[in-house]
Amino acid sequence: MMMKAIRDTVTLFGRSMRHIQRSPDTIITVAIMPIALLLLFVYVFGGAIDVGTGSYVDYLLPGILLIAIASGISYTAVRIFADAQKGIIVRLHSMPVSRASVLWAHVLTSLVSNAISLVIIVVVALLVGFRSSAGVLGWLAVIGILALFTLALTWLAVIPGLTATTIDGASAFAYPLILLPFVSSAFVPTGSMPTPVRVFAENQPVTAIVEALRSLLGSRPVGTDVWTALAWCAGLAITAYVVAMRAYNRAP
Amino acid sequence: MTDVAIRATGLRRSFKDKEVLKGVDFQVRSGQIFALLGSNGAGKTTTVNILSTLLKADGGSASVCGLDTQEQAERVREKISLTGQFAAVDDILTGRENLVLVAKLRAVPDHRRVADRLLHQFGLRDAADRRVATYSGGMARRLDIAMSLVGRPAVVFLDEPTTGLDPEGRHEVWRAIKELAADGTTILLTTQYLDEAEQLADRIAILHQGVIIADGTLGDLKELLPPAKVEYIEKQPTLEEIFLAVVGKKGEETHR
Ligand SMILES: Nc1ncnc2c1ncn2[C@@H]1O[C@H](COP(=O)(O)OP(=O)(O)O)[C@@H](O)[C@H]1O
Ligand SMILES: [Mg+2]
Repeated sequence: MMMKAIRDTVTLFGRSMRHIQRSPDTIITVAIMPIALLLLFVYVFGGAIDVGTGSYVDYLLPGILLIAIASGISYTAVRIFADAQKGIIVRLHSMPVSRASVLWAHVLTSLVSNAISLVIIVVVALLVGFRSSAGVLGWLAVIGILALFTLALTWLAVIPGLTATTIDGASAFAYPLILLPFVSSAFVPTGSMPTPVRVFAENQPVTAIVEALRSLLGSRPVGTDVWTALAWCAGLAITAYVVAMRAYNRAP
Repeated sequence: MTDVAIRATGLRRSFKDKEVLKGVDFQVRSGQIFALLGSNGAGKTTTVNILSTLLKADGGSASVCGLDTQEQAERVREKISLTGQFAAVDDILTGRENLVLVAKLRAVPDHRRVADRLLHQFGLRDAADRRVATYSGGMARRLDIAMSLVGRPAVVFLDEPTTGLDPEGRHEVWRAIKELAADGTTILLTTQYLDEAEQLADRIAILHQGVIIADGTLGDLKELLPPAKVEYIEKQPTLEEIFLAVVGKKGEETHR
């Protein structure tokens, strides 16, 4: 039973990776916008932003990575929407295929394609001066947090993928997520923000995740940020998963 | 084992307070082509979805190859395949890749050969390695049906297999269905087209207002026509006339 589910997931994962291979723009587009933001902030605005010690690109990169993930997962919503519209999900459900595999294949695809986009962005960041003093454990922790954040947002993306009525609706939910890092400490320290904005910024998940990533990459003690970050990601992942599965089990 | 491949007994199903199926009964013998005929919204897809384990009935029961569609859904899925109302093909993949995908998921050994055979059988050999996005409607539908045959399921459900096709595509699909039946596969197809049922089916059931109002061979159904009428008609009565006659009669009953 379990073996069959794993085999089905791998087969369907292969299928959607082939989709990505045939339209690599889904990865390029995801990487381009964050890279443009990175260059814009490093070379144009960065000089005017005071982040204390350290280089601005080091300060900025974590937020840029989160923006890339937030825009990357909208493709998952679009791919699931397309499968639902074309009747491919119904076809799979009428076959001896594990139901869970149909969604997990998309989730796995999201994790892998986002990882590829992130690697591209990190390479560009290295070219413009990003440096990290983190060791293997630090990097593993960074990768773990990014993977968990991607997983959480991917399950969130499954919901509009299954329930949207138009393709634009399926991808539109990502816009607020992409904007969230702008109202956080991702680009500028929150200290300069007006009080109500600052209160929001300091208590929304992106700030905690960004701070945790920044500390890990800079080999500084992470403090409680990392636990707040993990709690946000895990909470979101579980909530989104439960809602997504309810939507999934309602459809034939 | 009986030779009844599909059995629907008193199937009922509502959506919200709309009663779509009000007790649908029919049987399909093994190896038959059975047409479920009904106008748009009659409940054909709902019936097919219940039989193919996608939807639960509110009442009644259904079985495929002696297996209950609710209690033994997993095993039913191994026996059947469903070609839905709209071609469910992956248009980013090629025709061959679509077939290989299904073969892998159905754990059919030797995917390559299975794909080759079906591409040949459905006249898709030349288009095999083109993306399905470039296919005509008729080609996509033929691929769709071919995908349903991977692993040789005993029972095939075809939900409105020719809706939306041009006459040429329609004839291509008819030919494919006839070949399929020659293999001994049991086929339940739904259609709004009376001539389609007449062309393909060994047995025809008419679904109207939530129940089967007529069920039999074309010959049986023709006998339902009021004999007086036959005298005035020179050509053979068409199913359309039978349909109207039967529906008309029922309509009067319900109006009284
Ligand atoms: N998921 C659903 N929710 C609400 N109503 C539905 C649903 N599926 C079908 N119906 C309604 O049930 C009736 C029968 O639908 P369907 O079985 O698709 O008919 P057919 O396939 O014969 O055209 C229609 O009136 C349709 O609007
Ligand atoms: Mg229908």
